[in-house]
Order: sequence, then structure tokens, then C-alpha cells
Amino acid sequence: MKFSEQWLREWVQPDISTQELVDQVTMAGLEVDDVEPVAGEFSGVVVGEVLTREQHPDADKLSLCQVSDGQETFQIVCGAPNVRVGLKIPFAKLGAVLPGNFKIKKAKLRGVESFGMLCAEAELGLSEASDGLMELPADAPVGEDFRAYMDLDDQIIDVDLTPNRGDCLSIAGLAREVGVLNRVAVQGPAIEPVAPVIDDKPNIDVQASAGCPRYVGRIVRGVNVSAETPLWMVEKLRRGGIRSIDPVVDITNYVLLELGQPMHAFDLNQLDGGIRVRMAADQEKLTLLDGQEITLSSDTLVIADHSKALAMAGVMGGEQSGVTEATQDLLLEAAFFNPITIAGKARAHGLHTDSSHRFERGVDSELARTAMERATQLVLDICGGQPGPIEEVVSEADLPKAATIELRRSRIEKILGLSMADSDVQDILERLGMQVTATEQGWQAVAPSYRFDMAIEADLIEELARIYGYNRLPVRVPQAATPLAQAPEAKMPMADIRRQLISRGYQEAITYSFVDTKVQKVLAPSIEPLALLNPISNDMAVMRTTLWAGLLGAVEHNMKRQQPRIRLFETGLRFEPGNDGLQQIPTLAMVVAGNRQPQGWSNNADNVDFFDIKGDLESVLQRSGLLADYRFVAAEHDALHPGQCARIEKDGKSVGWIGALHPQAQKALDLKHAVYLVEIDLDAVQQRRVPAFGELSKFPEMRRDLALVVSQAVAVDDVFSAIRSVAGEYLTNLTLFDVYVGKGIDPDRKSLALGLTWQHPSRTLTDEEVNDSVDAVLAHLKESVGATLRG
Amino acid sequence: MENLEALTQQALAAVEQSGDVAALDQVRVQFLGKKGEITGLMKNLGSVAPEDRPKVGAVINAAKTQVQDAINARREALESAAMNARLAAETIDVTLPGRAMQEGGLHPVTRTLERIESFFAGAGYQVAEGPEVEDDFHNFEALNIPSHHPARAMHDTFYFDAGSLLRTHTSPVQIRTMEVQQPPIRIICPGRVYRCDYDQTHSPMFHQVEGLLVDKDISFADLKGTLEQFMSAFFERDVKVRLRPSYFPFTEPSAEIDIEWIVETPEGTKHGWLEIGGCGMVHPNVFKHVGIDPDVYSGFAFGMGVERMAMLRYGVNDLRLFFENDLRFLQQFR
Repeated sequence: MKFSEQWLREWVQPDISTQELVDQVTMAGLEVDDVEPVAGEFSGVVVGEVLTREQHPDADKLSLCQVSDGQETFQIVCGAPNVRVGLKIPFAKLGAVLPGNFKIKKAKLRGVESFGMLCAEAELGLSEASDGLMELPADAPVGEDFRAYMDLDDQIIDVDLTPNRGDCLSIAGLAREVGVLNRVAVQGPAIEPVAPVIDDKPNIDVQASAGCPRYVGRIVRGVNVSAETPLWMVEKLRRGGIRSIDPVVDITNYVLLELGQPMHAFDLNQLDGGIRVRMAADQEKLTLLDGQEITLSSDTLVIADHSKALAMAGVMGGEQSGVTEATQDLLLEAAFFNPITIAGKARAHGLHTDSSHRFERGVDSELARTAMERATQLVLDICGGQPGPIEEVVSEADLPKAATIELRRSRIEKILGLSMADSDVQDILERLGMQVTATEQGWQAVAPSYRFDMAIEADLIEELARIYGYNRLPVRVPQAATPLAQAPEAKMPMADIRRQLISRGYQEAITYSFVDTKVQKVLAPSIEPLALLNPISNDMAVMRTTLWAGLLGAVEHNMKRQQPRIRLFETGLRFEPGNDGLQQIPTLAMVVAGNRQPQGWSNNADNVDFFDIKGDLESVLQRSGLLADYRFVAAEHDALHPGQCARIEKDGKSVGWIGALHPQAQKALDLKHAVYLVEIDLDAVQQRRVPAFGELSKFPEMRRDLALVVSQAVAVDDVFSAIRSVAGEYLTNLTLFDVYVGKGIDPDRKSLALGLTWQHPSRTLTDEEVNDSVDAVLAHLKESVGATLRG
Repeated sequence: MENLEALTQQALAAVEQSGDVAALDQVRVQFLGKKGEITGLMKNLGSVAPEDRPKVGAVINAAKTQVQDAINARREALESAAMNARLAAETIDVTLPGRAMQEGGLHPVTRTLERIESFFAGAGYQVAEGPEVEDDFHNFEALNIPSHHPARAMHDTFYFDAGSLLRTHTSPVQIRTMEVQQPPIRIICPGRVYRCDYDQTHSPMFHQVEGLLVDKDISFADLKGTLEQFMSAFFERDVKVRLRPSYFPFTEPSAEIDIEWIVETPEGTKHGWLEIGGCGMVHPNVFKHVGIDPDVYSGFAFGMGVERMAMLRYGVNDLRLFFENDLRFLQQFR
């Protein structure tokens, strides 16, 4: 909320500077966002009057004026279209200095001398932009210093109020707070009841009293809507961020800023019958003041007459019933609407008004009548007219009740860690306007109607802390017996996984969890991803079902920046919709592209392939001690190259995928080079073997190397399985130390060089035993995978 | 015996002339081997008068020793030369870079989170995590933010349908923890959070870390002490912490956490307060939602933006860099 500092100081006069005031309210929880002067820095500007105006002899768009400063007359050349005889304007005389250190000197414009300048609002830093000269009221005293006349030595303070402090959305509320903080009296303008001069009373029928527990209406007849809003009001509104519109609207806005009571003025003669406060009919239409036609729903409270909705209660008035130039008779409204009824209604129609902002947060339920008197008096002062008596409809049962709140002495100490003196507690609560009575355990407090945020003991304790000063409260380091942390050894810490990948050259990436619908579709065309109702944009619209969606974007970003070697990993959730509902699965994903090795004097420039990323993944799995539990099974995946793709299985269950990105996907994603990918469930990767000691054998190992030739279609894994199934329990190691395809081998076949090692735990194995095992292996291999010994 | 003298001289000359260890060995065999020429003289000792034998034997032995010593010396010289030649041949440029692979590195957000977690782990806090697609109850309702609450407008929530959304803060993890665990509770909740807001200083996804301590007799003083210690540990200097009254529906009293920030500029030292996060005492309504008796237990919670902490710690000046994943950026945090 923006407000004029001077206006506040009309209500409350603490002896502190602007900066001190700003710091003080900020530290009381009313955070000041910005302080700016109401006008730019200038001097030498007075109220001037245009005495004559004629056309400049040599320029169509320039006028030649005689301008008075009250004592002398000056010749001024002016380019503004609205310059005219009798107009009063800010007049910068010779020697004046305008914002930006712009000095006014005698000047010649198209051959005619000009002794000063007539100013527009923007030129004085009063607004961002303005067309034409600033027009001052006809009664502006010619010759008076413009700054003094406009009271421009003032600041606009912008305070960012938290939603609980709706009570501070007015000068009155802010003044109350400043009064409490400085222990000074708060005095607003005297508001006296206005005596009715006519008998006309509005007919008010509140049918929805839960939403509108109080409705105050008054008729004022014979108002002059074309009267001019006085400068002081225009300026206070401007400094509060509200533009002057017409005197009646200005007055309701003024009361809103001053007292915090949103009001509305209807053109009485547009009303059919009287006021009905009711819930809207479903699909009921209403054209708002801003010209927008909206369709209401039955949970929306409206102000209606006997035939139609007139206004969205507490949000915005309607076009038809609003005040216009032709208006003569007013119906003024000041109501209390239940915050829960109003909440969200403005937003549902894309609206946010000063009124809805206040009603959603809460308005003092006792304020309406006072505000009505204030507004009536202002209408009479500015527009004239004959007021009728106030009509007030109240549903006591629906009005908020001030809670009687118990405050325990012991609780203050427990929550704040401070034993506050009883007198301090009582003093602070009373300064806040509460009725306080001492009890055995502490106090009972009843909050004033404007502190509708006070409901429970914790609210009072917060107020005590706030007024006492958070920074005066004690500091302590928590003491507590804490059991030792649990760290199951069978679970590999994430930090270990990350470190392992880092040592293999991977850089960790973090990409958005919501991804481009198109990218998601390329990578997982068969899954319907979870879509956001209100995405920021199409490229952040659906929840990723694979971390590849984001990682490949990072790859593309880096490839386009000529990075020759890319290795990235990411951990995070992927979001898989399914029959059992959404699964949010902790996932590890890796991606490599470009050079296998960093450029270096002993490195070659080979590109990565499938086995690079597989080796990196295996290094992580090896760290868990459970690599042997995993199998890589040739399979097909929508995003992966059908010939370079494996499903990763652990204990027979699919836990992930590894492979080359499908060339079509690579093209669709605009990636220049081949990319290899891994995605695997973290729950699997994090499972770790707790070591169990095995006796070391004292007996020699026996090794046999076999050179086998098998069809290219035979998977090495099948060869391994075949060997293991018949090699006997003392086979301790099986390694593949060469794969050869080419000269000397049938082109459809490949040669595998295998090393088999046997060792018995408690005796030396004999050659015969080992040879028998080898024979068994060879026989089984021939039978199961068609392997022969290489000749 | 002139023969011995001549043989000895001949042997010594041969030793001197031998150019490598193999040639030297031949010389040894020629003169001192089993069938060597000097050894042969010993075999002829039988022809010497018995009374002269010891004397002649001693002379021959002396000659043998002389030659053997010469061979040893020559061997040493040759071996040393050979070693020197080998060492010279094996000399490398030790300034060449090692054959290591390039190391990767942690993302700065993870690096920051790991540091934060480690400080709190030392004080007995356990890491707790929760879902990112949350339900309305855990993200709002249980945190004392009912559907009509104006604080919802502060959250700019991404929705999937009326009841499910992307969590706007890590606070639902507090609720999920307290639902299944009675105090004492000490947890730290790191993770991704989402707000429907995107400009130079707002990212629609960012990270928060939140702490929660619930026990008997936990007060606002403990919160202040914890935050002061943490900020000083994190920035490795004495950081002034200021708690400023604010409002969060799930804590009361609530505060913004400001830290004093000092920047040296050409115009002099500037200092001010920077908002780092929010905190407060757990609201009694939150305790009621999870079945913890607020008359027995009290607790504090605090939360802060991880990117913000990383930016301050490492001097990063643009939030958007964190999610671009440009290697030139990421590699600065190795």
C-alpha cells in the first residue's frame, strides 16, 4: 500500500525522521518496500497565470504568452496544446532549476525570446508522463511558491503488508500502529453524524446475511457531480496511487484510503426498487464498471436491485448503476462483507481491486457507519446535496465476535524464552487497544474490532514479541539429548553415488521437472504425462516421465557452444502416471556425448560409445558391491537405438534403461552428435551389500584360457551363463579379455578370449579336475550357443 | 715367476680395456676362471719345492687378488656408466600434464545443500524428503492455509487439478514427518519447489531447505541461536542476523531472516540487510493437524532459498544460470 507520509503525520506526530519511521514500521512487521519523494527536486517554480496567448509568428505549434507571477509579466513561448488565457500553471521562472539539474535561462525560440517555462507534471517529477501543461485550480494563488502550494515536501511510502494485517490498509490503521510503537496519541479528523435534511431512506433487503452481516446505505439527493475535486484530495489520492476520476468516486476512494472502508456509490435513479444483497443466480450476467461482462456463479455475493445484479459485492460495481456525469441522486454503500465470502471471487474473474484486496483480508466490522458519515460530509462539502438518514441492516449473529483470549504467563516464557514483566505485558496489550484483565495464570484479552486477526494465545504472544522487539528477545542455542544418527550401511549415500560419477568425469546438472510437451513425446510417446493446468509456457508444460527430457536440453545447449566432451548426470524425481496413481520415482540419469577422453597429449580423439557409459554405470554399481545382481538385457525402448539398447534388470525386475539415443530422436531434438543415455531407479542403485568376510584360500589358483568362436548373434552374457552353469563351484573368476572379429574368422562369427580361474578353499585342485571342468564347459557351450574352440 | 708377473700385467691391461660387463667377464674367465691362466699357475704349484710352496702360493694369491680387485673396480665403473646412460635415456619432461581423466563436479545447488545438511547433521538433524506433486492438504490445509486464505495468493501455485499441485515450499515435508513421528523431531528438508513466476529474479523451479525442531521447551531464543550459528558457519564469518516480524500462516511468531551484508564499492563500504528466508515458532494449529499436543511441545521452523544462499556464497549474479547447465558455469564449482 502506498501512502503520503504527510497524511500519516496529520494523524500521528512522532518526533522521528522519515528514515526512522521507515525502519521502525519495517521492524514491526510492516515492511517498507520503497520510499520516493512525491515530486522531483526543483526550485524557482511558482503558480503562474496565462494572461494572453497569441500564435507564434513563425511556428504553427508554438504559442506566445504573457504570464504573470503575481507581480510582473513575462513573455513565454510555449508548445503545449492546452495553454489558454486564464489558465493557472506551474511557472518556472528564470533561474529555476528543474529535476535533472535543468536550469531555466532566457531562450530564443524561432526568433522570439522566452523568459521562463510553463511546466507539465512530468517535467516536475510529479508523474511518469503527461500530455500538456499541468492545470491548477482556478483559485490557485498566483505567485505562490509551487512546492509550498502543492505541499510537495512529502514522501510516498510503499508498505508491503502481510495478509494478516488488513487493519493497516489505511492511514488510520497505519497511524494506530505508529502510535503504539511511539507511545504517542493518534488523532484523525473529527467525524460527526450528518443530520438528515430529507426523509428518503433506501429500501435495503439483505437476503444473504452470512456474507453481508452489515449493510449501511444512505441517499443523498441533488449532488453536483461536475464539481471539482479539491487539490488536497487529488494529491492525497495520487500519493496513494489512485487517479482522480470524479468527485464522488474520489470521495469513496479517499475514505477507503483514510479509514480502510471500501465504499460504493450508486446512481439512485438507475435502481429498480431497492437494494437486495443476495447470492448470484447461476450464470447471471453482470457488466462491470470496466466494461467487462462476467458470468457469475451462485457462490458469488452480489448487490442487486429488484430486477438485476448491480455489483459484485466487495469487488467492483456495475456499469449501469455507477455514477455518471448525469447523476443527481446517490445511494452510498458502506458494508461489511465476510472475508470468506469475498475470498477468491475477484481472482476467479481476473480482477483485483482496492476493495477486494481489503475485504479478502478483513475490514473492521464496526467501521461502516463512521465511514458513511465521513463520506457523506465530504460529498456535502464538495458536491453539495441533501442527505437522508442512514439505513443500517445488521445481522448480529453473523458479525465476527471478538474472542476472549486467555494468555498464560508460563506460555510467554515457553515460546519467547523470556520472562516478560507483568506490567510490560499489560502495557503492550493495552497500547494495542485490547481490553485486558488479570487472571490467576496471566491475562484475558479482548481485541478491538479492527484487530480481527487476534484469535488465540499465540496471536497475543506474537504481538508481545513484535512490540517488545524481536531483536531484544534472548538468544540461546538449543540443548537437547540427541540420539546418534541412523545410517543404514545397506543403503549407499547419495553423496557416494555423486562422487563416483564425478570421479568418472560427470558434471551434475539440475533441469526443470516440467518439460516441453514435444520433447516428452519424442522420448516417451506411449506415456501420457501429467500436465500442468497453468503452465508458464509450452516448453514447461508437462511433468517429465524421464530425466532425459531435461538432460538432452542441457546437452543441446552445450553442443551448440562447441563443447567437445559432454558428460552429465542428474538425480531427481520422474513422474509416471499409472493405474495405481502417479508414481514419483527417485531416478539417476546419465548422458555422454562427444570425445571419450579429454583432449590431451596422450589421449586420442575417439568418440564415446555404448560401452563408455555402461562402464561408468557399472563403476557405480560396483561401488555398491552388487554389480553381479544386475543384468543388461537387449530390449527395445521408444527413445533408444534398437540395436544399442538394454533394459537393466536387478533380481529379475526392470530398474532402468541404457542405450544410444535413437537417430530419429537425435534429429528431432537437433543434436549434432550421437548421445548415450542411462536412466535407473535410485532405490536400486542405493542398495548396498554389507561386506561379509570369506576365508582366504591358501591353495594355488588354476587358470585356463579359452579362445572360442561363436555366432555374432550370441550374447556374451549367455556365454557367461553357460560357462557358470557347468564350471563347478570352484570357478572363482571369469574374464573376457578379447573380442575379435575379422580376418581369419568367419564373417558371421566372433572370437572371444576367456580366462577361467578355479581355486579350492581347502586343497589343491588337480589338473584332471580342471581339465574335466574345461571339457564340460566346452561341451555345454557347443550345445547351448554353438561355440567352438578357435583353431 | 716372470711368467706370473707378465700374466698379471696382461690381465690388468685386459681389464682396463674391457668395454662392457660381458667383456670383463671374459677377462675374468681367461685369467681367474677354473681353467684360467693365473689359476693354472696354482695348479703347477706341485712342481715347486715343498718348502717354497707357501711363499710361491702367496705370491700367486696376491696376483689373483690384484686382478680380482681390478675386475671389481672395473665392473663397478662399467655398471655405474651403464646406469647413468640408462637414466639419461629414460629422462622425461616431468612438466607434462598427468594422464588423468577430467574430473566432473557437483551442481552448485547440491554443493550448497550438502554443506547445509552437514552443519545440521552435526547437530542431530536428519534429512527428510517428500513428494513434489503434493496434495492440497499437505501443501496448504495442514499448514493452516485454508482455501479462502489470502496467503494462497502469495504462492502462485502450479495446479494439476483442484486437489493436486506442485509443492510451493518444502513445508509439507514437516507435516509428513510429524504425521508419523512424535517429538523430539529434528529434521532438515531440502528439495525442489515450484512457483508460477518467471522473470530475471524468479525461477518457476528452485530449491528450498527447511529445518524443523520440535521438543519440550523450544523457544524463539533457540531459533535465534540456531540461525545465528548457522549463518556464521555457512558464510565462515561472523554474520549478524536480524529477525524481522512477518507472517506465515504456519508459524507464530513469524519472522523474515535478514543478514547483514557488507559490500566494498569504489564509493566506500556499503552495508544493508538481505532477506534470506523465513522462520517462526510452529503454529498451534499445525500441531493440532498432526496430533502433537501444543501444550506439551513447542518447536521452530525455518526455510530459505538454496539458490539465494549459493549466489551469496559464490557471487553468482544471475539466477537463471543455475538451470541452463552450461558446462562453463558448472565447471566453476568443481
